[in-house]
Amino acid sequence: MKNYAYVREKSIPPSPPPLIEVGVIGWIRQNLFSSWFNSFLTLFSLYFIFICLIDFIPWAWGGHWNAKSLRECMDLDPNVACFSVLAARWEQLLFGLYPADQYWRPTLTFVFLILSIIPILFPKFFRYFWFSVIYPGLAIWLLWGGSIWSIAIIYIGVLLGVASFTVLSKGVIRSTSVNLTLSVVITLLFFLFLSSTLTGFLSYLIPISLPFVESLRMGGFTLSLIVGISGIVASFPIGILLALGRQSNLPIIKMICVGFIEFIRGVPLITLLFVASVLLNYFLPPGTNFDIVLRVVIMVTLFSAAYMAEVIRGGLAGLPLGQHEASASLGLTYWQSQRLIIMPQALKISIPGIVNTFIGLFKDTTLVSIISLRDPVGLASTIRADTKWNGIYWELYIAIGLMFFIVCFGMSQYSQYLERKLQTDK
Amino acid sequence: MSENNSAEKIDKAKMNITDEVAIRISDMNKWFGTFHVLRDINLEVKRGERIVVCGPSGSGKSTLIRCINRLEEHQKGSIVVDGTELTTDLKNIDKIRSEVGMVFQHFNLFPHLTTLENCTLAPIWVRETPEKEAKEIAMEMLEKVKIPEQANKYPGQLSGGQQQRVAIARSLCMKPRIMLFDEVTSALDPEMIKEVLDTMIQLAEEGMTMICVTHEMGFARQVADRVIFMDEGQIVEQNEPESFFNNPQSERTKLFLSQILGH
Repeated sequence: MKNYAYVREKSIPPSPPPLIEVGVIGWIRQNLFSSWFNSFLTLFSLYFIFICLIDFIPWAWGGHWNAKSLRECMDLDPNVACFSVLAARWEQLLFGLYPADQYWRPTLTFVFLILSIIPILFPKFFRYFWFSVIYPGLAIWLLWGGSIWSIAIIYIGVLLGVASFTVLSKGVIRSTSVNLTLSVVITLLFFLFLSSTLTGFLSYLIPISLPFVESLRMGGFTLSLIVGISGIVASFPIGILLALGRQSNLPIIKMICVGFIEFIRGVPLITLLFVASVLLNYFLPPGTNFDIVLRVVIMVTLFSAAYMAEVIRGGLAGLPLGQHEASASLGLTYWQSQRLIIMPQALKISIPGIVNTFIGLFKDTTLVSIISLRDPVGLASTIRADTKWNGIYWELYIAIGLMFFIVCFGMSQYSQYLERKLQTDK
Repeated sequence: MSENNSAEKIDKAKMNITDEVAIRISDMNKWFGTFHVLRDINLEVKRGERIVVCGPSGSGKSTLIRCINRLEEHQKGSIVVDGTELTTDLKNIDKIRSEVGMVFQHFNLFPHLTTLENCTLAPIWVRETPEKEAKEIAMEMLEKVKIPEQANKYPGQLSGGQQQRVAIARSLCMKPRIMLFDEVTSALDPEMIKEVLDTMIQLAEEGMTMICVTHEMGFARQVADRVIFMDEGQIVEQNEPESFFNNPQSERTKLFLSQILGH
């Protein structure tokens, strides 16, 4: 027998790992002071954090909230923050030039906003999704006012289209595309000929309306939310379509998508916003009044849709070809396989990039101050133009920064939660 | 190679080859760019027949079966599956794909769906089977491949052999009349090859029409009605398994067999 020949006769049972130091002391020793260099880094970092906060905390903590002007603040104590400007002008930072007696409308819109995104963010509330569907119309009506029927008519028209499609599908014509075309035609006819009469009639019959508020009075954080959220909601589907179009086998569609993406990505957002505010009116027929907020939303949407398309294309490229082949071999059509197999996986891969784009878009809404819309950053200048608050910078920008931080940090946290939830390989 | 399989006896009671033609391929040619991958392929598969396709890598055997459900497009000649010719007509392609099941080397399960959802997806969306019924069929098929207890797990939590059996179950849920197997055991550990081959043998015993690209010669001897040897995009030799393995005619076949059986 060779001297390395060996047969195990008894199996070794599993045993727990060797004990390491536990508890707070153990953790500190292991993670902060494991070597002299790490100890040095720990102490240095602590010192750095200390000198950063040593001046800031007393400044912020002792800040004045009740002074009437910056001068009064300075007289009280020039070395602490003057948050009185926020106390005096917080309504403006939130609502811009919105009529003061109507502040309840943007507030209610904001409350509804939170309620309407819950069914989208958390699947267990999905049965309330109908509210998310009616929310956009409700928000537009609450913010701008006018007769409720001029908004409701859009929903009625779409419902009519869906209903006619359902009826047609159950009827004799089996072709989906024919039915789709027919129901689109019915909807268009409704909007062209019937909708204005019906709106007038309904407004006369059941007059529900709010005082009209024009777009130039929208401002503050309300405006940031309007532009940001409309942009996010609209750019997502457009981005998906552009990403698919870019990979299409149909050369014309591919060319249009590539051209659009490259053009938009190659142009600064400010340029597009200037086009929206100034140039667009030259191209439209005289007399048409194309709402300025709508114009900005369209530009912001197109801008981030191009970025979104590239992010999603990255996710699509990350999928193995086998996924396409498997879904094709089961007989799924192109759209079925995109919707059920490809997109759920591609979007999951792209979550960090998508959220990155959303956050970027939301912060970019501050650029509208350039075209004299009063978002919080634009309002900071307006507030400083008041002699009482002339010369105040830090306190205003900290407050504005904090508002944006809360929203963006929320998005980032949600995306991490979503990534954990969608993990299926552990 | 799992030669040990050939020792077992399989039940040939239901393994009848009928006269009905399931697949007819005539003078089919295919190019990848300028590369001529398939040259003048002529093949007739009868309903209930089990065919094993073998050959060196790059011989076009995978491409051949991928042409049958149009994952690859052929440029010349014709392919008729169940009386439907494969043309650019999308309706025909979808019809054929829902009749022909395919299992891949790398399983290609949908990682974001559970085992059960992988199996019910196509019946629900393509066949428009009610969800409850689709689930019943799926459980039946998972039982057939002997992993009903994994129904609510995700593919990433299963072993390779289990994943491949789920992939087979997923295809079977569409109640296909023909099954294509593309090197389904090549990516598996030796210990898992047998469980997948056993599932395939079971299918064969039930009379399924099968075309298998494989190097499992034990499986070929045991199950195949016909073995096809391909090289350089052409069918070089085809025969019943006994004659093919014991008495190969072409020099190319002899060389191939000596290389894969020689060790």
